[in-house]
Amino acid sequence: MFRFIVRRLLQLIPTLFGLSVLLFIWLHRLPGGPETAILGERGTPEMRAQIRRNLGLDEPILVQYARFLRRMIKLDLGTSTSTKRAVTTEFVERFPGTVELTIMAMVLAIGIGIPLGYLAARRRGRLLDHASVGGSLIGICIPVFFLAYVLKAIFSEHFHWFPSSGRQDPTIGATRVTNFFLLDGLMTREWDAAADALWHLVLPGIALASIPLAIIVRITRASVLEVLGEDFVRTAEAKGLTENTVRRRHVLRNAMLPVATSIGLLTGGLLSGAVLTETVFAFSGIGAFVAEAIGQRDYPVLMGFIMIIAVVYVLVNLIVDLSYSVIDPRVRVR
Amino acid sequence: MALLEVDDLSVTFARRGQRTVRAVDGVSFSVDAGEVVGLVGESGCGKSVTSLAIMGLLPKQPGLRVGGKAVFDGTDLLQLDDRSRRDIRGRDIAMIFQDPLSSLNPVVPIGVQVTEVLTRHRGMKGEAATKEAAQLLDRVGIPDPRRRLKEYPHQLSGGMRQRALIAMAVACQPRLLIADEPTTALDVTIQAQILELLKELVRDSGTALMMITHDLGVVAGLCDTVNVLYAGRVVETARRRPLFREPRHPYTVGLLGSVPRLDSGRGERLNPIPGSVRDVLPWPEGCAFAPRCTRRVDECVGEPPQLVLAHDGRSYRCVNPAPVPGATQAEAEDLYRATPTGDDAVAAVPTAAEPGSVPAQAVPTDPPAPPGLGSREEESS
Amino acid sequence: MTITTGKKREKLDRLSELAARQDEQGVSVWQEAFRRLRRNPAAIVGAVIFALFVVVALVGPFLVPYSPTDTIGIREGLIRPGVIPGIDGDHWLGYDHQGRDEFSRLIVGARQTLLVGVVATLIGLAIGALIGGVAGTAAGLGGRWGRWIDSTLMRFIDMLLAMPSLLLAVSIAALLGPSLITVMIAVGVVSVPVFARLLRGSMISQSNSDYVLAATALGVKKSKIALTHVVPNSLAPVIVQATLTLATAIIEAAALSFLGLGNQNSAIPEWGVMLAEAQPYLGVRPGLAIYPAVAIIITALGFTLLGEAMREALDPKLRK
Repeated sequence: MFRFIVRRLLQLIPTLFGLSVLLFIWLHRLPGGPETAILGERGTPEMRAQIRRNLGLDEPILVQYARFLRRMIKLDLGTSTSTKRAVTTEFVERFPGTVELTIMAMVLAIGIGIPLGYLAARRRGRLLDHASVGGSLIGICIPVFFLAYVLKAIFSEHFHWFPSSGRQDPTIGATRVTNFFLLDGLMTREWDAAADALWHLVLPGIALASIPLAIIVRITRASVLEVLGEDFVRTAEAKGLTENTVRRRHVLRNAMLPVATSIGLLTGGLLSGAVLTETVFAFSGIGAFVAEAIGQRDYPVLMGFIMIIAVVYVLVNLIVDLSYSVIDPRVRVR
Repeated sequence: MALLEVDDLSVTFARRGQRTVRAVDGVSFSVDAGEVVGLVGESGCGKSVTSLAIMGLLPKQPGLRVGGKAVFDGTDLLQLDDRSRRDIRGRDIAMIFQDPLSSLNPVVPIGVQVTEVLTRHRGMKGEAATKEAAQLLDRVGIPDPRRRLKEYPHQLSGGMRQRALIAMAVACQPRLLIADEPTTALDVTIQAQILELLKELVRDSGTALMMITHDLGVVAGLCDTVNVLYAGRVVETARRRPLFREPRHPYTVGLLGSVPRLDSGRGERLNPIPGSVRDVLPWPEGCAFAPRCTRRVDECVGEPPQLVLAHDGRSYRCVNPAPVPGATQAEAEDLYRATPTGDDAVAAVPTAAEPGSVPAQAVPTDPPAPPGLGSREEESS
Repeated sequence: MTITTGKKREKLDRLSELAARQDEQGVSVWQEAFRRLRRNPAAIVGAVIFALFVVVALVGPFLVPYSPTDTIGIREGLIRPGVIPGIDGDHWLGYDHQGRDEFSRLIVGARQTLLVGVVATLIGLAIGALIGGVAGTAAGLGGRWGRWIDSTLMRFIDMLLAMPSLLLAVSIAALLGPSLITVMIAVGVVSVPVFARLLRGSMISQSNSDYVLAATALGVKKSKIALTHVVPNSLAPVIVQATLTLATAIIEAAALSFLGLGNQNSAIPEWGVMLAEAQPYLGVRPGLAIYPAVAIIITALGFTLLGEAMREALDPKLRK
C-alpha cells in the first residue's frame, strides 16, 4: 500500500512539471507581460521597469523559468493586485470555506445519488426510474448559477427558511480556531455556531451538488444495471444467498468501481461550480474571491487558483485510486 | 420416484412490439436420485434456459412467463415463493456455470465466496466455516487451500476457478447438481480433469447430476440418460448406450454425424447438419427440425409430431425416425403405421423392434456409431 | 498448382466475405438505430426541440416584431430606476433593462447561442479529432516511437481533463480579453479531451477488430482500410458526442458570460449574456433571467435527450 502511494506521488511530478511550464508560458503571454500580472494594469512605467528588473525578465528564459519554479515550490504566489495582500495568505484564509462547501455538496451528491441510482436500477422502467433519470437530465442542463439564484429566491427570500448569504451569522460571535466554521463550532462546543454554519451551507451546497448528483445517479444506475447482468450475481443467487447479501456483497461492491472513478473526475467541475455558487450566495470562500479576481484581472490570484486546483485534483484522484485499490483487488497487484 | 420431474416446462419471452419468443416449449424429463442426466443440444435450443427456469434464476423482466411443472422431491419449484426458493438453492440444488472467471465475484476473496454458502445454509461461522471451506477446496483438488482462500479469482487458473465453483456448489451436499456447460470455457486437458472430478463427486456422494452440454464427448463419458433438445423441446430421450448405438431422431443422427472422428479417413468429409438453429418451424405447425431434416416426409408439416415411447424407456418425437439397425425400411414404416395417433397418444412401439434381431448388414443407411468407436462407411446424403 | 490456388482462392473469398459483411452490417446498423430512435419518445422530444431551435435560429431574426437593439422603453420613458415594465399587448415578454423588446431579443438570441455552441463544438471536435487521430494512428502503428507519441499526447489530454473548464476559460480570456470568441475557444478547448479520447479509443478498438484484420489479410492498403472501415465506424460515436457537447457548450457559455468573460457589447443578444445581464434586476423583473434561462435549459435538454437516445440506439450492447 505504502509503495503504491509513493509510486503514485512520483508519477505526479511530470504532471505538475508540465503544468508549471504551461503556467509560465501563460504568464509570459499575458497582454502586457508578467509585470502586468504582478502590478495590475495601473502601474507606472517606472514601476514596471522596476518589476522587470526584480523578476529578471531580461535574463535568459530558462533562468526565469527556474526562478519561477523556485517561487512556486516555496508557495510564493505573489501579491494580489486588488487586496494588496499575499495570495497565499488570502487563500489560506478562504480555503476552509470552499472545502466545507464542496464537502457538503459531495456528501449530498453521494448520499442521495448512490441510493437513488441503485433504486432506479432495481426498479428499472418504473416511475422512480423514469423520475430519477429525467431529474438527473434536468440537473445537468440547469446552469448552476441560475439554480443558485432560484434556490435563494424561493427558500431564503420568499420563505426565509435559510440564510441568503455568508458563511455564518456574525452576531453569534463564534470563536475562530481553524476557519472551518462548522468544525470550530463543534470543537469549541458552541453548538449554535456550528448549527448556524451548517444552515448557511445548505442552499449553496444543494446548488453545487446538482451536477455531481445528476452524474452520480446516472453512473450508479448504469453500473448497477450492468453488474446485475453479470454471471457472478447469478452464481450468488444460485447459492441461495439472501437478497441482502447478494446486494451488498456482490452487486454494490462491484457497481461502486465506476462511481469511484467518476467522483474523482468530478472534482474539477466542483471547484468551477464553487466559483459560481459562492458568488451568488456571497459565501466568502476561494470561489467568490476568484470570481472577483476575474473581474479585476487579478492575475496572481488566478494563477494561484490554477495551482491549487491542480494539486487538489491530483490529491483527490490519488485518494480515489487508493480507495479503488481497496475495493478492487485486481488493481492492487499491478 | 424421480428426484426431479420436469413436466411440460415452457418459458416465453414477450416483448412489446416484437414476436414472442418461446425459448423452452414443453420440455419434460426426469432425474432420478444419484443419476447423471444429460441435456444435449446446439446453442439456442433452450437447454440453459431450462436449467435457469428450474433454479428460478431467469432474469426478471416484464413479459417473461414460465409454465409447466418442475417437481423436486414433492414440491413444485416453479410455485415456490422467493424465500423458500432461496432456501433450496445452494442447499438441495446447486449449480455450476460455464465461464468460471465471470461466474466468480472479482472483488471478493475465494474464501468468502465459499464460506458464505456455509453460513447461509449450514449456519457455520468464523474458524469453523474457514476450516470447512479449506476442506472443500481440498476435496475438489485445489492444493494449498488455506492460502487459496485468501486469494481472489483473478489469481487462480481457469481450472482452479472451476474447481472453486464446484466446491461452492457441493458445500451443502446437494441432492441435485446442475452443471451448465462446465467445461466449455476450459482447455481440453483441464476439461478432462474437471469431468473426472464431477464423476468422482457424484459417485462418492450420491448426488444426482444434470449435465447441460453441446459436447457429445462429455455425454459419452458421463451420462446415464440423455435428453436431446431441439428448438425448446426434448426430441429424444434414451440411455447413453442405446442413444449412441441407435439414434432414432434424425437430429440426434445428425448431431452424432457432425462429430469429427479420429478413425475416419483423411479427406473424408464431416456430415454437418445443413442450415442453422434459426431455420425452425414453430412446433405447432409441425416438426421444428423439418426444414433441416434429411428424412423429411409430408407428415412432418401440419401438426407437431407426437412423442413415441419405444422399448427400454426411450422415446423420440419423430414421424419418420431413423431405422433401428436390424429392421428394414419397410418394417420400420410398418412399425410407424401401427402406432396409434391419438391426440396425446404416446405410442408404444412393439417389442418386435428389438434391435439386433436382424443382421446389421440389412440396414440400407447405416446410422453413425458413437464417436471414437467402430468404423463407418461414408454416407451418401 | 491449381489445387493450392483453388484453396487459397476459397480462403480469400471467405475473408472478403467477412469484410463485405461488415459493410453490409454497417448500413443495417444505421437503419436499425434509426428505427429504434423513432420508437423512443425521448428521442422524438429531443429531435423536435432540436429542430425547433435550429429553425428559430435561422429564420427567427427575420420575423421578430421589433428590432432587438431598439431601446423603445427608454424612448417612451417606460424605464425608470426600479421599474421595468412587464408583459403588455404588443410586447409579449415585456422589456429588458434597456427598454428593448425581450421577446425579440430572445428569438434573435437563439442564433447567437447556436453559433456559440456550434463553433465551440467544432473547435473541440477539430482539435480533439486531430490529437485523438494522431494518437490512435501512432498507437496502431506501434513501435517505440508510436507508443511514445501516443502516451505523450494522452498525458497532455489527461492534464487538460484535470483542468476545470472554467479555469481554462479564465486563462484563455486573460490572454484574449473577454469576448464571444473567447467564450467559443474556451468552451471548445474544454471539450477537446472528450473527442480526443473517443476517437483514439474507437480507432484502437476498430483496428483490433476481426474485419480490419480480414481486410489487412486481403492486402487492402492501410489508408484505404482507415477510410472505408475505421472512419465510418468511428463516425457514429463522434456525432453522438457532438450533439451532447452542443448542450454543455451552451450551458458553459452562459456560465462564462455570467462571470463577465463573454461578450461585453450586448447589442447582439445571446442567451447567456442576457441571463448574466439580468442578475442586477432580479428583484425588479425576475422574468428577465427566467426567460433566457428556461430557453437555455430547454435547448440543452433537447440536445441531451437526442444525443443520449442516439447513443442508446447505436450501443451494440443494448442491441438484441
